Amino acid sequence: MSESAQPVGVTLPQREDSHPEHQIEREQERHLLLDPRPAQEMAERVLRPLGRGSASYWIALLILGGAVVVAGLTWLYQMYWGIGITGLNRPVMWAVYIANFVYFIGIGVAGTFISAVLRLLNFPWRAPVTRAAETLTVFALAASGLFPLIHLGRTWKFYWMLPYPNQREMWPSYHSALIWDMTAILTYLSSSVLFAWLAMLPDLGLARDRFEDGWRHTFFKILAVGWRGTERQWRTLKAAITFFSLAIIPVMVFMHTIVGWDFAMAIQPGWHSSVFGPYFVSGALLSGVAAVIIIMAIVRKTLHLEYFLRPEHFDGMGKLLLVFSVAWAYMYFNDFLVPWYGQGPTEKVIQRLFDRGYATPLWLLMLFSNVLLPWATLWSRRLRTSVPVVAAVSTFVQIGMYLERYLIVAVTLGRNELPFDWGSYIPRWPEILITIGAFSLIGLLFLVFVKVFPIIPLWEVQEGQMLRALRRIGAMVISTRAELE
Amino acid sequence: MALPNRNWTMVVDLDRCTGCGACVVACHAENNVPIVTEEEVLRGRAMHWMHIERYWDGEYPDIRARFIPLMCQQCERAPCEPVCPVYATLHSQREHLNLQVYNRCVGTRYCQNNDPYKVRFFNFFDPVFDEPLEQQLNPDVTVRSAGVMEKCTFCVQRIRRAEEQALVEDRRLEDGEVVPACVQTCPPGALIFGDRNNPQSQVSKLLANNPRSFRLLEHLGTEPSVYYLRGGESHV
Repeated sequence: MSESAQPVGVTLPQREDSHPEHQIEREQERHLLLDPRPAQEMAERVLRPLGRGSASYWIALLILGGAVVVAGLTWLYQMYWGIGITGLNRPVMWAVYIANFVYFIGIGVAGTFISAVLRLLNFPWRAPVTRAAETLTVFALAASGLFPLIHLGRTWKFYWMLPYPNQREMWPSYHSALIWDMTAILTYLSSSVLFAWLAMLPDLGLARDRFEDGWRHTFFKILAVGWRGTERQWRTLKAAITFFSLAIIPVMVFMHTIVGWDFAMAIQPGWHSSVFGPYFVSGALLSGVAAVIIIMAIVRKTLHLEYFLRPEHFDGMGKLLLVFSVAWAYMYFNDFLVPWYGQGPTEKVIQRLFDRGYATPLWLLMLFSNVLLPWATLWSRRLRTSVPVVAAVSTFVQIGMYLERYLIVAVTLGRNELPFDWGSYIPRWPEILITIGAFSLIGLLFLVFVKVFPIIPLWEVQEGQMLRALRRIGAMVISTRAELE
Repeated sequence: MALPNRNWTMVVDLDRCTGCGACVVACHAENNVPIVTEEEVLRGRAMHWMHIERYWDGEYPDIRARFIPLMCQQCERAPCEPVCPVYATLHSQREHLNLQVYNRCVGTRYCQNNDPYKVRFFNFFDPVFDEPLEQQLNPDVTVRSAGVMEKCTFCVQRIRRAEEQALVEDRRLEDGEVVPACVQTCPPGALIFGDRNNPQSQVSKLLANNPRSFRLLEHLGTEPSVYYLRGGESHV
C-alpha cells in the first residue's frame, strides 16, 4: 500500500499489526457496536439465560429468599412488640432504617440517569447497560419504599399518610417533608416501571416469538401488548422514550432533593443545611452508578455475557464514577466547611464526633472509599478497563455512601442543643437482620428477573450496531456512523 | 358561645427550684406516664414529661448544683408541628397550646428529631403499670400504646374542665383556677401557671419587665410559652 494513499493529516499507527484486517479485529474486540453478529445468534445469546437455572442459581435463590423471610419475620416481631426492640433511643429517633431508605433511594436514581440522560446525550456505549440500570432502579425503590413503613411506630396505620377521602375528614399535612417525600417516591417509582417497560417492548416481542408455547409465550404476549415492530410502532416508541427520558430526569432530581430536605428542613444542627438538596443528588448518582457497575460485573460473570458487557462499558462507567466522586467531594466539602468555619457550638460538637470521636473510623473510611480510592484508581484507562478493579472500587463506594448516610442520620442526631439530651446509638439485631434482608430482597428480585426477562436490551444493541460500521479507506480503518436520524 | 382566647404560660422560678422532683411524680400520676424499667432508662428511653436536669456550675470545691425543670415549651412557632405528616401534633391558635393527638400518631418520630428541647417521648413498648399503679390511672387521660409519641400538654384535661365549669356557671375563668399537676405539687412554688391574656394574672405580673426572665434556646426563634426566671446566688 503506497504512502500516497493516506489522507492528508492522518497518521497511521506504525505498529507491526497495522494491517487493516488486524485493525478491524482489534476494533471489533474493543467495541460491541462494531462487532455485529447474525440476528439469530444475538437473540440466542440474550435469551439463553432464560432457561432452567443451574444448581448454584437455586442455592443463591434459597439463601436470599431465606434472608428475606427472616427479615419479614423480624418486622412482624417488631410490630408485635414495638420499636423498642431496636437500638433507637431518645435523641436518636432515626437511624439504620432511615439510612437504608436514603441509601436505596440513592441507588434508585442510577437507572434513570444512565438510561435517560445517557440516552438523550447519545452515549453509544450505554446500550447494553440500560436495562440492568432501569431494573435496579425499580428494585431499589421497592426496597427503599419499605423502610419508611418498617420504621413507623404503628406500621398498620401507614395509610393515614395517603390522601384519600376518609371518615376522619383529614388530609395528610403537606407541611411535612415526609408527605413530599412519599409523593415524589410514588411518582418516581411508577414512572420508572413504565420507563423500564417501554424500553423493553421490542425485546418482549422478540421473546414472545421465540417461545412458541408454554407460560412464557402467554406471559410475553400480554406484556408485549401486540408489538410487531411496524414502522408506526417504532416511531411511537421512539417518541415515547424520548418524552419519558426528558420528563423523568427532573422527577429524579426532585425526588432526591426532597430526600435531602427530610433532613435539611429540620432544625437539628448538622442537618439544617441549604446544600443538602444538590449534595444528596450527587451522592445518589455516585452510589447509583457504582451499584450498576456491581450488577454489570455480576451479571456478566454469572450469565456469561462477556460478548455484551465489555471492558469499554466498564471504562465508560468508571469515568462517570470518577466524575460523580469529584462532584460528591465538592458538595461534601461545602457541607463540612461552612459549619466548621462558623464554629457553632453544636456543629462543633458534631464535627468533633467525626474527626476525633467514636465515629472517626467510619468517617475516615467514608472519605477513603468515596474520594481517595476512586481518585487514585479511576484516572487510569488501564485500571478502568479491568472489570475486577472497577467492581472493587464500586463496592468501596457502596460502603462509603452507606456510611455517609449512617453518619448523617444516626451519629449527627446524637448531639443537639442541650447537652443533657445527648446520646449515642448502636444497632441491635432487628435492624441488622432487616438490613441484610433488604439487600437480599434486591438480589432475589434480580435473580428472578434475569430468569424471566432478557437483561440485555437487544434492540438497542442491534440498533447501535446497524448505525455503526468499520470502513476501510486504503490502509486506514475508521469507525463510521450512519446518518439515519 | 365562643370561648375566649387564652395565652397559657408557665413561669419557672429557678431561684426557688430545689430539684426535689415532686413535679415529676405528680406529672406521672396525673398523665398516666408509664414508668420504664431500669434497663430501658440506661438505653436512653426514660419517660418523664416533666423532668429536672441537674448540672454543675464551677470547679470543685467551689461547686454548685443547678436545676432546670424541663417540660414541653409549648412553642408559638413549634418546630415539631409542621413536620408531622398526619396532624398528630398541631397548634391551637385560640389557646396558644401545642396539642398532641395520640390516636392520630403513626410514629414517624420526625417531631422528636425536630424538637430542640427533646421533651417529646416515644412509646417504645406498650406501657406497663406495676401494681397498684394500674388502679390509679387518670380516666381523663388516654393511656398511650406502643408506637405513639407523647409529651406535656400543660394538663390540657384540667384546662378543659376548668373552662367548661366556668362556661356552665356563665362566669369568667379566674386566675389560679387552672392548675397543672406539677404546679399544684411544687413545694417551694417555683412553678406558676396562668393566662397571659389576663393582665391581672400572676404570670402577667411576674413577666412584666422582669429582668430575670428568659426563654430556653431563644436564638432558634421557637417562641416558647415557658419562661424561666434566672437563678441568683442561692444554691443547694
